[in-house]
Amino acid sequence: MTHALELNNVSVALEKTPIVQHIDLQLNEGDIGCLLGPSGCGKTTLLRAIAGFEAVTSGRLSVAGHLVSEPGFRVPVEKRQVGMVFQDYALFPHLSVKENIAFGLKHVSATERERRIDALADMLRIGELLQAFPHRLSGGQQQRVAIARAMAPKPRILLLDEPFASLDVELREDIAREIRAVLKQDGITTILVSHNQLEAFAMADEIGVMKAGQLLQWSSAFALYHEPATAYVADFVGEGVFLPGTVVDDVSVSTELGVLHSDQSLGHEIGALVSVLIRPDDVIHDDDSPATARVLEKAFRGAEFMYTLALDSGARIQTLVPSHHVHAKGMQIGIRVEMDHLVVFPMETEASAAP
Amino acid sequence: MIKHGAIIAIIALCLLLSVPVLTVFSSIGSASDGVWAHLADTLLWDYIAQSLMLMTGVGLLVLVLGVAPAWLVTMNRFPGSRLLEWALVLPLAMPAYIIAYTYTGMLDVTGPVQGFIRDTFDLRFGDYWFPQIRSLGGAITMLSLVLYPYVYLLSRMAFLEQSVCVLEVSRTLGAGPWRAFSRVAVPLARPAIIAGLALVLMETLADYGTVQYFGISTFTTGIFRTWFGMGSSTAAAQLSAVLMLFILALVLTEHWSRSRARYHHTSTKYSRLPQIRLQGLRKWLALIFCAAPVVLGFLVPFLQLAYWAWDTRHLVDFSAFSELLFNSLRLALTAAVIALVLGLFISYAKRLQPNLLMRSSVRVLSLGYAIPGTVIAVGVLIPFAWVDNSIDAWMQQQFGVSTGLIFSGTLVAVVFAYIVRFLPVAMNTVDAGLGKIRPSMDDAGRSMGMGSWQILRRIHIPMLRGSLLTASLLVFVDVLKELPATLILRPFNFNTLAIRTYELANQERLTEAAASALMIVLAGIIPVIIISLSISASRPGHDART
Amino acid sequence: MLFGSQRRGSETRSFKKVCLSSVATLSLLAAGILSAAEVNVYSAREENLIKPILDRFSEQTGITVNLITGGADELITRMDLEGANSPADVLLTVDVGRLHRAEEMGLLQPVESDVLTSLVPEQYRDAEGHWFSVSLRSRVIVYDKERVDPAELSTYEDLADPKWAGKICIRSSSNIYNQSLTASLVSHHGAEATEEWARGLVANMARNPQGGDRDQIAAVAIGQCELAVVNTYYLAGMLNATSADQQEQAQAVAVFWPNQDGRGAHINVSGAGVSEHAPNRAEAIQLLEYMVSDEAQIWYAETNNEYPIRPDIPVSDTLESWGEFKADPVALDQLGIHNTEAVRVMDRAGWR
Repeated sequence: MTHALELNNVSVALEKTPIVQHIDLQLNEGDIGCLLGPSGCGKTTLLRAIAGFEAVTSGRLSVAGHLVSEPGFRVPVEKRQVGMVFQDYALFPHLSVKENIAFGLKHVSATERERRIDALADMLRIGELLQAFPHRLSGGQQQRVAIARAMAPKPRILLLDEPFASLDVELREDIAREIRAVLKQDGITTILVSHNQLEAFAMADEIGVMKAGQLLQWSSAFALYHEPATAYVADFVGEGVFLPGTVVDDVSVSTELGVLHSDQSLGHEIGALVSVLIRPDDVIHDDDSPATARVLEKAFRGAEFMYTLALDSGARIQTLVPSHHVHAKGMQIGIRVEMDHLVVFPMETEASAAP
Repeated sequence: MIKHGAIIAIIALCLLLSVPVLTVFSSIGSASDGVWAHLADTLLWDYIAQSLMLMTGVGLLVLVLGVAPAWLVTMNRFPGSRLLEWALVLPLAMPAYIIAYTYTGMLDVTGPVQGFIRDTFDLRFGDYWFPQIRSLGGAITMLSLVLYPYVYLLSRMAFLEQSVCVLEVSRTLGAGPWRAFSRVAVPLARPAIIAGLALVLMETLADYGTVQYFGISTFTTGIFRTWFGMGSSTAAAQLSAVLMLFILALVLTEHWSRSRARYHHTSTKYSRLPQIRLQGLRKWLALIFCAAPVVLGFLVPFLQLAYWAWDTRHLVDFSAFSELLFNSLRLALTAAVIALVLGLFISYAKRLQPNLLMRSSVRVLSLGYAIPGTVIAVGVLIPFAWVDNSIDAWMQQQFGVSTGLIFSGTLVAVVFAYIVRFLPVAMNTVDAGLGKIRPSMDDAGRSMGMGSWQILRRIHIPMLRGSLLTASLLVFVDVLKELPATLILRPFNFNTLAIRTYELANQERLTEAAASALMIVLAGIIPVIIISLSISASRPGHDART
Repeated sequence: MLFGSQRRGSETRSFKKVCLSSVATLSLLAAGILSAAEVNVYSAREENLIKPILDRFSEQTGITVNLITGGADELITRMDLEGANSPADVLLTVDVGRLHRAEEMGLLQPVESDVLTSLVPEQYRDAEGHWFSVSLRSRVIVYDKERVDPAELSTYEDLADPKWAGKICIRSSSNIYNQSLTASLVSHHGAEATEEWARGLVANMARNPQGGDRDQIAAVAIGQCELAVVNTYYLAGMLNATSADQQEQAQAVAVFWPNQDGRGAHINVSGAGVSEHAPNRAEAIQLLEYMVSDEAQIWYAETNNEYPIRPDIPVSDTLESWGEFKADPVALDQLGIHNTEAVRVMDRAGWR
């Protein structure tokens, strides 16, 4: 089947400096994809290449089965039928909200235009704002208008550049879920760019982690979290630390916290030195456990505390503890590890530098 | 907050500078011996109709000549685009009356072009069609060719400041370059374009030399005719007052029409301007379109003047030129510096205390630009002579000494008139610059314990450098070209390049006038180029990359 | 042309005036300055047409001449507003209407000078000595030598005759010389008859009034019109121009002296008067007397091709070639008196 978006070996350079290289990804019709990575990883450049603002230096880029970019060829932005929401929304300050939304609706009848605007206004709950001008809107309202404007012409694909970066932190996840619902309701294929994994998890069906111009992994949020392809991905997605260990058998690793067992083969030679990913939810506070660790830091998260603990060797691990259990810094507390799936990478210097 | 004393001082300054304008206005009530009845019966409608047609024509033409090239050179690359970026401003150095004389000399029935046509094809007058240079259309063309740079400069500044994002958004919404230009970039630049247009229309209304030379009856020629022909200075002043109401209506209409939409950008991110490299036919069309205003508004008249100047070199006393040039530059520099300082203080005071009194005195001040220089000069003469004579009378009474005229007939009066006439240009530019500095900057400064003066000196002035430079250079060039007020108000034995040019042209010795005309243009070129370059550098985050 | 060092001196003085803070010291200084002999001239004649003769006056008398040039109306307005303290000693204009207006406004004082009254013919000076003419020019008809038979031409009045339909070039009614010409017709025939004449003239115009007198001559030369009404010195100027084009154009036309069988050709004068509040009255009179001296009169005649005010001074060769003519003897102040009426007449007749 044809994918709504397909990139084969795509590279992009800005002023001859390669920014992203050899990207392969596919997105199905109606799915929401997210490019996740720290700033400077090239995710926005890739998004702009999909939109058509930047040319590709290698590979092929197709939208809905049509080739839109390859070296020496580029369908102009305005002919691609891609919608884009910019980080700062870039609403037209000289047009009312309604006129902003109607901007891309030039080849439709007046009644159809009204219907589309009303439907979007309903969906995004901006019905009362239609006559207002952008400078009167809050950040969240501006974002809804920007999304409505981008969705209005029914683009083949919608691109969102850091859509939540300008919003209050507390609101981001709620809004992300709400926007996701709207996009799903309209069945619109979407790619967003984000440096925040929570937004990515809340919004996306497929997530790609990027680093230094490379796409490290392109998969579902679940797979990304539980089956990270590289130590970088494991580290970047979710919280956790790497604990050194030695492979005991095909499914077990011996660590400072005892021998940990996996439900499937680890694929490492016996005796190999490895790093085991320990997520905070794998570590359980248990006063009865023989293993103890010293409290280094604690961060209050409402219902829970996130404790950073030091093992005897000095290695650090993290754990989430219900907030009614209060332990002072410096106390030794009992812990045990409970996990049925191990994520193990060969020992690298990089992996030992856990956050 | 700024001290009360300073505010009062600035309002007093505004009122002082408004005196000439108010003097003109104060004539509205006086009787004028039936001159109005006569005008209403004969020429008044002609004045109104011709002025309106002239303004409409010039307004439309400067938009075409100013906005479109500004967009083309800002957003695209084509052969010569880097050169044209600044060359498009050159006609600013060309006084309107000089370009009018020059083209008339070339294109009139008796000129070399038509003479060549007649000789080559062995035709007599009337056997062929040739556009009439001395006509309403000719006046519109001449004025537009030298005034469009105001629109070009301001719209280019606006295009440079526009967030690339809004333009990119419009493309993702299916808008091609033309639609992005017409539906997004131009509407966004509207306040800047209108500001440029307002300057152009005010200059057009105030113009006397060109329209008089072309035999067009506008309000301004009407003022002169009423004053000189009929000896009715009252009716002339009343006509000027009507002219000002005209302008005021124009300004208010524009203000009202955009009251709802705000034009400051909702976006704060700037990235490199993605200049598109034009290909094929398009690049040549862009070149022709952008080069035409420069060629017609500057190059052709410049070369013609140079040719005439060479032709008459033995008739011209070049030894006198250094003094003329020195006088012109000295006046222009003095006026530019004073206008800059006053413009900065008044704009800043308006920012700090935007109360009604402040705003209305600034509005009255800004009318000066639309008033013909001669009328301003009389508006300056009246209060100056009154003050001088009052001091003299008082001194005679008290001490028995006569002080004579202290300020009248000195360069102080001349410079005062320049300030009244050209301060609006400086204020406009500074205002635009100040508007871009967010109030949070002031707050940040204040939170660090700075007073208003320190904030101005340490935050605003450095940030406004470009605007301040542009403001003073615009005044500089305007003063260089100024004629009527200088002519009336100057002290004994004081000449400028503009006066020398005018006196020779007035004796219908166009070719002999060319040398001094050329000097005016040459003296104006350098500041004009500096203005242009400083604007190119004005783009926010000019060097930064995101 | 010369720019003597005295220019700089006077200008610096103007600066000093301003800079000094104490009004009292200032007045003393001013008094000191005024003790050197000088005379202040407000001139409607452009600098290059007056400065050389003023410089010669300075050389001969040691009197410094300070000069401002400008439009006559602007200069009169300035004098009027400056009032009793005006520095102006002499007002010089290039038409009699403005002298008359200045006199009416009380800006000129009567002067008694035997030199002036004996050298300037009575017709060309104010009876009370408010002003004296220094040169003459006539407004004449020029015609296309090839296409117009001079026998067809007769008077200014005849220019309104329909036989000249579409054949006449004349400049705008804003021009002072046309205003004076029309004023002379008003004084001879009254406003109503003149308005009718103006309507006829407007109907006969080949084109909308535009350009200066030289342009009218050139338009005749290239065939846009057959007749033009111009001042004599413009034609003389073109005949003596350095530009071959201008000479050629001027040679294509000939001068016709109008109304020779009647009152004579319309003339206008350039002239001068002494300001009512002249601080240097004696020097001002001295300057006026110099301007009608042999030297100054010959210079006028030669340099600017004007007719000297004194009948005993020879005219330039160019003027000589056009022969003698009969001048309209109308009292010159009539032109000033009827100027406003003339403008209104032209307005009503649609003469732009």
